[in-house]
Amino acid sequence: MNTPAPKVFHQVTIVETGEVYRCREDETLLAGMERLGKRGIPVGCRGGGCGVCKVQVEAGEYSKRVMSRAYVSAEEEAGGIVLACRVKPLSDIRLAVLGKMKKNVCATPSAAAADARQS
Amino acid sequence: MATTGVMRPGHIQLRVLDLDESVAFYKDVVGLVETGRDAAGRVYFKAWDERDHNSVILRQADRAGVDLIGFKVKDKATLEQLDKDLQAYGVATERIPAGELLETGERVRFTIPTGHVMELYAEKTDVGNGQPYTNPDPWIAASEHGIAPHRFDHCLLYGPNLEENLKLFTEVLGFHLVERVLLEDGKSLLATFISCSHKAHDLAFVAHPEPGKLHHLSFLLDSWEKVLRAADIMSMNRVSIDIGPTRHGITRGSTIYAFDPSGNRFETFCGGYETYPDHAPITWTFDEVGAGIFYHDRKLNERFLTVVT
Repeated sequence: MNTPAPKVFHQVTIVETGEVYRCREDETLLAGMERLGKRGIPVGCRGGGCGVCKVQVEAGEYSKRVMSRAYVSAEEEAGGIVLACRVKPLSDIRLAVLGKMKKNVCATPSAAAADARQS
Repeated sequence: MATTGVMRPGHIQLRVLDLDESVAFYKDVVGLVETGRDAAGRVYFKAWDERDHNSVILRQADRAGVDLIGFKVKDKATLEQLDKDLQAYGVATERIPAGELLETGERVRFTIPTGHVMELYAEKTDVGNGQPYTNPDPWIAASEHGIAPHRFDHCLLYGPNLEENLKLFTEVLGFHLVERVLLEDGKSLLATFISCSHKAHDLAFVAHPEPGKLHHLSFLLDSWEKVLRAADIMSMNRVSIDIGPTRHGITRGSTIYAFDPSGNRFETFCGGYETYPDHAPITWTFDEVGAGIFYHDRKLNERFLTVVT
């Protein structure tokens, strides 16, 4: 019987909340947070398409996959601004949350327009 | 009703971030049938039970979302008439030559007030559903592969100008309003559900400041049991599930929502009711919209309402 390879974990710190969780090297920062029922990074499509889980990695190494240019520019990506659903940790990570849910739909048209102007 | 004029949603072209990953997903998890690839690199699919050559087209791009949605009209004379009607109404139209999409005739393309690119076409090659038109069996092997929906059924789009948009669809394109959701002022539209057939919706729109956004595309299943099976297949394949299985108040469908590998939301649903153009539209007030959207939860769901591509 094959023994599964031991799993490699890294520690992820969300600076705003001080939330700390262990994330596997083979799962994304977002998936690791969600699997433990933790909060801090907003969860959207989990596929690099919607931009809700945008974070700034302040320290640490990571691997990444293609993410939507509608939400992360090439310059931002080069500067460590990424979508947490597309990034896997290669070391301990410190990150700041940039993304947010936009409650446009629940707002009146005027409030939604104001929200759109701000974003 | 006799289905004339605009008949049904016929195709949707989606943008995906990683083509190979998305092709495998739509083929083996959603269970669509790949029907072709073109020189531009686009990959074409249809649901097993659809007869026309393609309904879902994937294009690799640097962002997710929807490029265009095509509706099949009854015949070429209808296509010409609707083009004239659109222009007379003040909508600029453009002709896309036959063959630009594989096995698809000439298309009339225009942009609707919500910012989405819409197309009408009369011809697409009938490749059949794997059964003969004489003495067919009820299903085939492909109808058991993956989630295997019967058809691409409708989509929900996010954008501005819902009132103007509803006028275009009802006054020019022959749709009727089936259900609507009003904002807090009791007058402005938060959402519209419109039909060009007997279906509870062929298209739906939600008010949103950014134009041209995709909330979801939807695939039809034939039972609640198949919806649960779809949920199992999603979890087996570690698909990003948004919500469900549950039931809508609006249109009454039983449903599960998930995201494709690029974050485009899709629905697999069954049920709902049949509608006719003489039916009075159903209205949901803002204070009860939570139950309208998810009938059991009875509250607004932030991710479902706000995450779009």
